[in-house]
Amino acid sequence: MDSSRRRILQLLGVSALALTTKPVFNAFAKEAVSAEAESVIKAGAQALKAKQWAMVIDTRKFKSEADLQPLVEACHRIHNVPRLQNKRHEIKWIWGTRYHNAFPGKAAQFVAESVEHRPFLVLCNHCENPPCVRACPTKATFKRESDGIVLMDFHRCIGCRFCMAACPFGARSFNYRDPRPFIAETNKEFPTRMKGVVEKCNFCAERLAVGRLPACVEASRGALSFGDLYDSESKVRKLIKTNYTIRRKQTLGTEPSVYYIV
Amino acid sequence: MNNKTLIVTGLVIFLIIVLFPFWYMRGKAAPAPEPELTPKAKAAQVCVRSTEYMKAEHMQLLDVWRDSVVREGKRIYVNPQGKEFDMSLSNTCLDCHSNKAEFCDRCHNYASVRPYCWSCHIENPKEKT
Repeated sequence: MDSSRRRILQLLGVSALALTTKPVFNAFAKEAVSAEAESVIKAGAQALKAKQWAMVIDTRKFKSEADLQPLVEACHRIHNVPRLQNKRHEIKWIWGTRYHNAFPGKAAQFVAESVEHRPFLVLCNHCENPPCVRACPTKATFKRESDGIVLMDFHRCIGCRFCMAACPFGARSFNYRDPRPFIAETNKEFPTRMKGVVEKCNFCAERLAVGRLPACVEASRGALSFGDLYDSESKVRKLIKTNYTIRRKQTLGTEPSVYYIV
Repeated sequence: MNNKTLIVTGLVIFLIIVLFPFWYMRGKAAPAPEPELTPKAKAAQVCVRSTEYMKAEHMQLLDVWRDSVVREGKRIYVNPQGKEFDMSLSNTCLDCHSNKAEFCDRCHNYASVRPYCWSCHIENPKEKT
């Protein structure tokens, strides 16, 4: 091919023209999109905010297992938690246990009778360093950056149960069966779960988003307090400052956010 | 090329069999279903976005809603007209579209898609309360 000056100039001209096509295409493409204005996604105006939500449980106010029942009921009712008789299939978000089960390693040979016989309310600790989150292969369970709640995205859960093995508190339950037939009274505003996913307490994230405190706190008549762990003026910090509190399995370093006044 | 007739006959039979579904069903294409609106949806006239947008993009919209609500805790959707909606399949979408069988299922069956939204989300929160 003989490349005369004229030929080269022609090629350069055509190439320069080609370079202008992209901006032109972009301009057309943009116009088509902006015909419909953009939508915005935001948090609700009444949503409660915190750096790390925390709970303080005043165990002195619970005398027997029956005192815990209204709290457990309140939680399980609004979250459509099924009631399965078979212990191996049981689903629980919040439940009562005894001192030596809740605090293994802390219980001495002889303990104050009041503590020994007192029921302890246990739930997901929403750890600051949650081992379940590290174990999850699909990021179905995650620590929410905005408020420190350890949440589950049930859409993503593949039911591998690594998180259950990783959680030192047994806070997670697996749906071995379809839970729907075992929900006595369904709350229509909250989804159920399906067979094959893990579930646990969500610190009532759906209620915090509309400015309400968790259901168990509301039902506790003052025995449970809820607030921001990193706000030195918050209710929980004030309680922690003025009372002796313990946390479950603190030595494991998961930094639980649920404190117990004993 | 001694087997010319045999090959051609074979080819013709093969083509007839392969194209059987096409000529057998010729002119009998199932009509696209019309989703039925509830009186409440009719009264509202417009969904969170325009009907065309919802027809084409409702799955992407729901996907964005899901991630935003579950993972970021942002639950309010402001549409281009400035109207606010609670981003909830059960409580917002299915509040108007409370007729899953006539609204959702018709098109999903036609398009042979099987979304599993309803294994967890309750079909019609308002009707049954």
